[in-house]
Amino acid sequence: MLSRIASCDSHGQDSSYFLGWEAYENNPYDQLHNPSGIIQMGLAENQLSFDLLESWLASNQEAVELKRNGESLFRELALFQDYHGFPDAKKELVKLMARIRGNKVKFDPNKLVLTAGSTAANETLMFCLADPGDAFLLPTPYYPGFDRDLKWRPGVEIVPIHCSSSNGFRITISALENAYQQAQTLNLKVKGVLITNPSNPLGTAMTHQELNHLINFSKSKRIHIVSDEIYSGTVFDSPSSSFISIMEAVMDRNIDESDDLWSRIHIVYSLSKDFSMPGFRVGMIYSNNERVVSAATKMSSFGLVSSQTQYLLSRMLSDKKFTCNYMKENRKRLRKRKEMLVSGLKVAGIRCLKSNAGLFCWVDMRHLLVSNTFEAEKELWKKIIFEVGLNISPGSSCHCNEPGWFRICFANITEETLQVALQRIKVFAQSCNPQMLLLQRRSIIGKWISKLSSSSSYDQEPDR
Amino acid sequence: MGLLSGKATCNTHGQDSSYFLGWQEYEKNPYDEVQNPTGIIQMGLAENQLSFDLLESWLARNPDAAGFKRDGQSIFRELALFQDYHGLPAFKKALVEFMSEIRGNKVTFDTSKIVLTAGATSANETLMFCLAEPGEAFLLPTPYYPGFDRDLKWRTGVEIVPIQCTSLNGFQITETAIEEAYQLAQKRHLKVKGVLVTNPSNPLGTTMSRNELNLLVNIITEKNIHLISDEIYSGTVFSSPGFVSIMEILKDRNCENTQVWNRVHIVYSLSKDLGLPGFRVGAIYSNDDMVVAAATKMSSFGLVSSQTQYLLSALLSDKKFTQNYISENKKRLKQRHRKLVSGLEKAGISCLKSNAGLFCWVDMRHLLRSNTFEAEMELWKKIVYDVKLNISPGSSCHCTEPGWFRVCFANMSEDTLKLSMQRLKAFVDSITTTLHNQSNHQSIKNSRRRSLTKWVFRLSFDDRVTGER
Repeated sequence: MLSRIASCDSHGQDSSYFLGWEAYENNPYDQLHNPSGIIQMGLAENQLSFDLLESWLASNQEAVELKRNGESLFRELALFQDYHGFPDAKKELVKLMARIRGNKVKFDPNKLVLTAGSTAANETLMFCLADPGDAFLLPTPYYPGFDRDLKWRPGVEIVPIHCSSSNGFRITISALENAYQQAQTLNLKVKGVLITNPSNPLGTAMTHQELNHLINFSKSKRIHIVSDEIYSGTVFDSPSSSFISIMEAVMDRNIDESDDLWSRIHIVYSLSKDFSMPGFRVGMIYSNNERVVSAATKMSSFGLVSSQTQYLLSRMLSDKKFTCNYMKENRKRLRKRKEMLVSGLKVAGIRCLKSNAGLFCWVDMRHLLVSNTFEAEKELWKKIIFEVGLNISPGSSCHCNEPGWFRICFANITEETLQVALQRIKVFAQSCNPQMLLLQRRSIIGKWISKLSSSSSYDQEPDR
Repeated sequence: MGLLSGKATCNTHGQDSSYFLGWQEYEKNPYDEVQNPTGIIQMGLAENQLSFDLLESWLARNPDAAGFKRDGQSIFRELALFQDYHGLPAFKKALVEFMSEIRGNKVTFDTSKIVLTAGATSANETLMFCLAEPGEAFLLPTPYYPGFDRDLKWRTGVEIVPIQCTSLNGFQITETAIEEAYQLAQKRHLKVKGVLVTNPSNPLGTTMSRNELNLLVNIITEKNIHLISDEIYSGTVFSSPGFVSIMEILKDRNCENTQVWNRVHIVYSLSKDLGLPGFRVGAIYSNDDMVVAAATKMSSFGLVSSQTQYLLSALLSDKKFTQNYISENKKRLKQRHRKLVSGLEKAGISCLKSNAGLFCWVDMRHLLRSNTFEAEMELWKKIVYDVKLNISPGSSCHCTEPGWFRVCFANMSEDTLKLSMQRLKAFVDSITTTLHNQSNHQSIKNSRRRSLTKWVFRLSFDDRVTGER
């Protein structure tokens, strides 16, 4: 009676990513009411800087009263459903995007399409760039939601670009070529590569080298690059952000404006992570390709941003002083919180991938596996949820091809809760079979030593 | 290899239809009482601008609702983080109760069966994704809202097969028309998955009769297909015979928990009744758990801003306000409708008798040079460029008879409406004069007599068919 897509399960909802969430919902931690409950560390939310947003709101009531200089804009906003978007909102958003990129790139509001969240943006780009049955290449590990957002209704296939811990999960030329070959074998036409930069779940910003590999690859295969830069504002290196946008990387290659590579570069952004407003559904597509902008604009009819929200953010972002201060302070707090997680895990003998962005760490628990298999990872994950009481995301749900890696979020809980979580992990790690652990540790330490001498993929003491 | 997808490069988004072209012309030369008094008056936009004062005064009295506060306490954090596709519970509750109120509380709705979407545009597309495969078809009575050609077909690949309705019976749906549509689908090798109706109708402005609704239930039962009832205008019914929802019919026929019960789905939105299209508030209501489950997940691609959900949950929970709003809004719509109808009458133009919506379905067949769509286009262009009124030609709504136009009345001031009617009268008078001079005087008199007769016949026919209050 229903369509195939309504009855199937390729919406990915049954993946462990969501099952852990369910377990949490059934027994959520609460400092007072349920201190032995499960602590949510699987949600990539940024809850560290609401005080800044709330104090801005308190001094800028007009933004919520839908007024401008004392005049009511209610009528105008209530009627505003133009899919070209509220001009002031787009103007401020492109300025924000430029600022995040150290003003090394300028963006044109006419090339920006607003969508109800980056979830809608990514799906819309698939509808615009690929036909059902075509494929996009994605580096693993990747955000589990892509299995739904990119594949479900657009009918696009995902072919993984396998990245491994041997080089800190960086994208290599051979990994790209292998993925392309794999797609050929599966008889799939590759339309592009989709990257998340900074990466979810790795928490790392892409290097110049990786971006250049991608650009070369896009040139040689004549395919698209979609760069989901939703975490671009969370890059917390200091003194200055080491985030390189795909736009900047293409610019640095001095590629001629007329080269059609430009028409194949598309950025996705959102305010959900940087500004902690996932509920307000503010996403966007930025593309140099006029036809993509035109088609995506019409498609945005199916998921426009509420004009009430567009007005609020146009006011907030036009306050340059506030925005700059917010971004700076927010990054500071994220960095501090990340360091707390990393050092707490270290005490438990657990290492993380060295990271400089995002709301989570990519954590190495391979030494706690009873065997180097995904079954063992699943077993460990279940223990961590039900015995240790932490909802973290297993690497397999992110399509990682090495068992034992987990994504742990640090920005959606209080400092106290994080300490509780770290304490629990410490106890758990110590309780793991010491003999087995010792053997595993010895072999891993050997590997570490050789790895340390070749690269520094592991997070050591934080850089001052 | 094509760089972009088929969907991005084709034009089945329907954007090239005259519906949108007229809009473009208006944008180039928009009427303004002071700045541009000879500009084009926008009468092609089905917006409800008559009751904003009621909303604004409520907002002024209830600043917490827009200010992210509950009982004086800030809930900004909670709302900013709220992205649960199950929707804000308080809002869903207020919305289903509002929907019930609009239906005279003859039907109640269950919050667990409602799915919030970014507008009815999103709701309709989502239902297509849930109920049909690419290449399958839905039957739609003509004339229908031009936007459906995009919303139902574009990304979903679903086909629309028209159920041709005619002026002979006031454009009501008949069994014959449905059967013919079925045969047409068969000829095109299309599997029919359901029927989609808009009730009250856009562009007709009429509520569906009980006969039609019962006919639909019979058909979908017999053919084992779905029925989608887009009830986006349900709150704009301003005179008798009143609004009868498909749910009411099902209840009357004791269809609860039967198979057909699960195949009826309602679409709603606050864009027309409350005049809030910018806030993107739509909903799907379905008795089928699987549809609700799938649509809920799909709503991820078009959730309603939590900021907006909260504001409206407060507004719609104020029952005193909603009761007053519903009745006052109807009153104003009725009054404005009457002004348009009498203005048209003065110009010798009749319209389909209507009791709902934000527009009239206007009969200008007697002004056509010939009974063709080319003549309709010619007339439409004259009206847009010479008379300077943007109205929607029937062909853009897939009407099978040339000469019908949709004219909106609720998106402008009373003065502007008056002016538009003056312009129209002047235009009709000038045509009449021209035609008179071309000695077609007699045939015009005849055609006017015919239209008048038809009109009178229709009035009596409708009363017979509808009858009840």
